[in-house]
Amino acid sequence: MDPIRDVAALRQMLAGLEAERLPGVEQFFSLGAAGPEAGGVRLARGALHEVQAASSADMPAATGFALALALRAMRRAVAEEGRPLLWVRQDMAEAEFGRLDGPGLSALGLDPARLILVRARDGEEVLRAAGDAVRCAGLGALLIEIWGTPKVLDLTATRRLALRATSSGVTSFLLHRAAQPAATAVATRWRVMPAASAPLEGDAPGAPSFHATLLRHRGGEGGARPVEGGDWTLEWDHEAFTFRDLDPLSRTVVSVPAGRPDRAAAPEARRGENLALRRVG
Amino acid sequence: MSAEGVRGGEGSGPQTDDPFAPAPLVFVEKVQNALRLAALDRAARRAGLVPGLTLADARARVPGLAVLDHDPAADAAFLEEVADDCDRWTPLVALDTPEGVPDGLVLDITGCAHLFGGEVVLRARLLSHLQRHGLGALAVIAGTPDAARALARSGKGGVVLPGGEAQAVAGLPVARLGVSTEIVTGLSRAGLKTIGDLAARPGTPLAARFGRELLTRLARTLGREDVRLVPRRPLPECIAERRFAEPIARTADIEATLALLVDDLALMLEARGEGGRAFEACFFRTDGAVRRLKIETARPLRDGVALARLWHERIEALADPLDPGFGFDLVRLGVMRAEKLTPAQVSLDGRAVEEEEVAALIDRLAVRLGRERVLRFLQRDTHDPDRASALVPADGVSTLSPALTPPEVPARPLTLFDPPQPVEALAEVPDGPPLRFRWRRVVHEVARAEGPERLAPEWWRQPEAAPTRDYYRVENREGRRFWLFRAGLYEREAQGEAGPPRWFLHGLFP
Repeated sequence: MDPIRDVAALRQMLAGLEAERLPGVEQFFSLGAAGPEAGGVRLARGALHEVQAASSADMPAATGFALALALRAMRRAVAEEGRPLLWVRQDMAEAEFGRLDGPGLSALGLDPARLILVRARDGEEVLRAAGDAVRCAGLGALLIEIWGTPKVLDLTATRRLALRATSSGVTSFLLHRAAQPAATAVATRWRVMPAASAPLEGDAPGAPSFHATLLRHRGGEGGARPVEGGDWTLEWDHEAFTFRDLDPLSRTVVSVPAGRPDRAAAPEARRGENLALRRVG
Repeated sequence: MSAEGVRGGEGSGPQTDDPFAPAPLVFVEKVQNALRLAALDRAARRAGLVPGLTLADARARVPGLAVLDHDPAADAAFLEEVADDCDRWTPLVALDTPEGVPDGLVLDITGCAHLFGGEVVLRARLLSHLQRHGLGALAVIAGTPDAARALARSGKGGVVLPGGEAQAVAGLPVARLGVSTEIVTGLSRAGLKTIGDLAARPGTPLAARFGRELLTRLARTLGREDVRLVPRRPLPECIAERRFAEPIARTADIEATLALLVDDLALMLEARGEGGRAFEACFFRTDGAVRRLKIETARPLRDGVALARLWHERIEALADPLDPGFGFDLVRLGVMRAEKLTPAQVSLDGRAVEEEEVAALIDRLAVRLGRERVLRFLQRDTHDPDRASALVPADGVSTLSPALTPPEVPARPLTLFDPPQPVEALAEVPDGPPLRFRWRRVVHEVARAEGPERLAPEWWRQPEAAPTRDYYRVENREGRRFWLFRAGLYEREAQGEAGPPRWFLHGLFP
């Protein structure tokens, strides 16, 4: 036998035992915002979570939400810092919403060097690649972006993914557009729409903001109880790696990053004055 | 060193000696507006025809001549196939191109002959193998490729014993040395008709009259000087192979064979302290066709189990399955690129094992989906959003480059369109943000906007001056966020320097 593998297997077993008793090794993670916290929403690590976009046009928002959740799940212990995130993406998503961009990932808080991107041609290939990846305990998290709800994405397929996630401890997120309610074996299911952000100085668009609806919460063994569901408006703070409650009326004051281009350089669009408008194609 | 010239593949068709063969067959090509014979079969040769004769003359001599067009490209392709098949005898196979046209093969069988029972047996087996595929060939084994070539092209066959080259080639005409026609003419005018005549003369006057080239050729042909072949394919670092008396055809058998070969290779690599980064498997079909498969790995690898799994994935992922025909009688596995592989330090936190697992996963996915589908980001230090990050195959990135994360991350979209998508926008001139735009037939009313962020193109990359871009981050009434830019400036248009500015959607924010 290979001693290195034996030691690693023992360590994984110990980690499993420790997780139940020792404080510090968290088996659950929260969103970090007060609203869901009060509702008792905690997500299990080493489980399959589903993030649905309410419509096709909401996919960018759902993608951001799923990535933010993955980042929350990956912040566990110092020893696991630097574990990569594996993102399985169907070609169709790339054609529809563009390719992933490194600076954009940094802007959400993920170091692009930690991302392994796998491009798959169709839903079947996505699930096969995901099925392999979810067994790899060296991954920090797994993001499965599939186009629509293909036939192969059924109860059996998601159950298999969920079981493998449990045994390997890789927190996995299934990201797709909700077509019709399909039976999937997931720990939590979210439906996401974009929300108007809290504006920055000069009425600039603010941090990524979402309307997130918790459709399903199965709870978990010892810790999280099933939650009825809820509806929150949240924004993502990429510096603190946390969600914040967003009250659309209160207009939360958010600090402005220093690297922002100077808005004063551009003349303000002033209401009530005659503006020279022009249509260009 | 032994070398062997195989003369084969002349003409596109098999050369048969069948008594029922309908008619002498010739291949013609157009030379200076006349159809001339380019190649002929044996029957035609017996009828007294020679290459270079005009077709009209040939028809006059042999009335019932079958004529086909000469196709040099098909000949060359066919010879390549034969050469591929000859890989089964030795990995060192070279094409013989005496007049710029490949029409023979040279095999370096140094150290291989004993595997087949000696040179005489190897030659006999090679000839019967070719004959089974309908090929007539002349084969000579000699100490140098030039000697073998000269003998084979003179229509001789057989094995030249070591040291016997000078005697064997002595009677051949000087044209067989492979020197230019002027030299051949000059030599024959001087009365030097055979290689033996030349060999008997002192070298210095010959070199003074005809150049050193002649002496070099002479020495090589006489077996006094050796020359290395340039093989058609890169040589593997090490190879393992299995030959089968009874060809195998089932995928399970093929995979089992590969698993055995992988174990053989693992032992060789371990002895060298190396691991393989690129592997190639060659499957030799009984009918002479050869199929090659390659895999590349993210790290030096010599673990038999992991390699066998990769080959399983590779064969399973084939778009056109491995067609065994009547079966494979030889499977060869070679390491094309090897790197140092030192045993890893066992760290107690299991970190090395985790990295190993991720690397194994990358290999598996890359073998199944293709290298260009398993990617990692490479950051570039540039302000051009199109070039700021690049995706490269994950197995090529051995050490992760330190991330270029500035203290403040600029607001950049998560996804970028490549190329940017044109939109129809209504905006305040000269440089106000868009108030409304239409993208994919949907009109978006802008609620909030920020900008412009002016990004000039990198003039040192693009000689054609691309227009300056003014970027705006906008949010519509539903809360969707977009990254739009205006290509070009209104002032420039007003000054008549450029066309009207146009609007594009470049990316989407979450």
